[in-house]
Amino acid sequence: MTENVRLIEVKEEILSDNIKLAGGLRERLRRAKTMLLNLMSSPGSGKTSLILRTIEGLKGSLRTGVIEADIDSTVDAEKVASRGIPAVQLRTGGFCHLDAAMVAQGLDALPVGELDLVIIENVGNLVCPAEFDTGAHKNAMILSVPEGDDKPLKYPLMFSVCDLLVVNKIDYLSLSDFDMTALRQRVLALNPRIRILEVSCKTGAGIEGWIDWLNEEAAAFRV
Amino acid sequence: MHELPITESILKIVLKHAGANGVRKVKTIRLKVGKLSDLEDGWIQRYFDYLSKGTVAEGARLEIERMPIIMKCNTCSESYEVEAAKMGGAICPACGGTGGTLLSGREYTIKEMEAE
Repeated sequence: MTENVRLIEVKEEILSDNIKLAGGLRERLRRAKTMLLNLMSSPGSGKTSLILRTIEGLKGSLRTGVIEADIDSTVDAEKVASRGIPAVQLRTGGFCHLDAAMVAQGLDALPVGELDLVIIENVGNLVCPAEFDTGAHKNAMILSVPEGDDKPLKYPLMFSVCDLLVVNKIDYLSLSDFDMTALRQRVLALNPRIRILEVSCKTGAGIEGWIDWLNEEAAAFRV
Repeated sequence: MHELPITESILKIVLKHAGANGVRKVKTIRLKVGKLSDLEDGWIQRYFDYLSKGTVAEGARLEIERMPIIMKCNTCSESYEVEAAKMGGAICPACGGTGGTLLSGREYTIKEMEAE
């Protein structure tokens, strides 16, 4: 029996289908001059609130569309669409993350040629979305103050793959023992290139820094 | 948490190579998975057993080699291994510098398989 057993070299990326698809999406959007931003965070950290602030802040500068991922509701997309922004809701069922195929589906439902920026609101989760390339040109994440400053220690990959970290709900800082200096040190140790912005979607504090970053990145992208 | 789609991809790639090599039965599949991945080995095997029913890969055993997380120090360029839970506070053993660039630990590869 055993002499019939042979070794077959495979040497293939398990996620190769997704990597290829994501690369293709990135290229297609680059030609269309539409920047794709993947926004990730835990549930309840303020993704939808930040997107609503973003829509206000980008009025007149960037034509923006939104792809919403949620377990099984259309609440977020309805909120966004009520602001007059093209939005599509992906029903991800029990899926813990978005992959490039799902994002491609969402893009098909948006007037991509007329948009400068498409924001993906990924599934609320700090683990799985970090592992799957969505085809985005930029990755950003939100950490909210009530979640705690220890999150980079628990979810290092998420902090490693992002270009920008928004620390939201800074209006809670006085009520908590959240240590901003420790957070910054932990995050920068994982990812020295990451930008860190402190904001409150509730009060509007710091939001202009986020809007400036989007405008700068979109301008650099169009060149 | 996302063992199911990963396992589907593994099976698809394995069956492709099995078909190309005229395999009658896949015995063992060897994977290289970085320690930064959250995959649970037991769940991958369980999903694989379920998904592979009726294929030449039914009953195959998955062997998962966990690849270490290697950081390259941003100060002195020394490479060193670190555990996932300590990545945020990693200190270079050579120069004591904090801050590094991830060199490996995110692997998701099928290395080889044993088949009849």
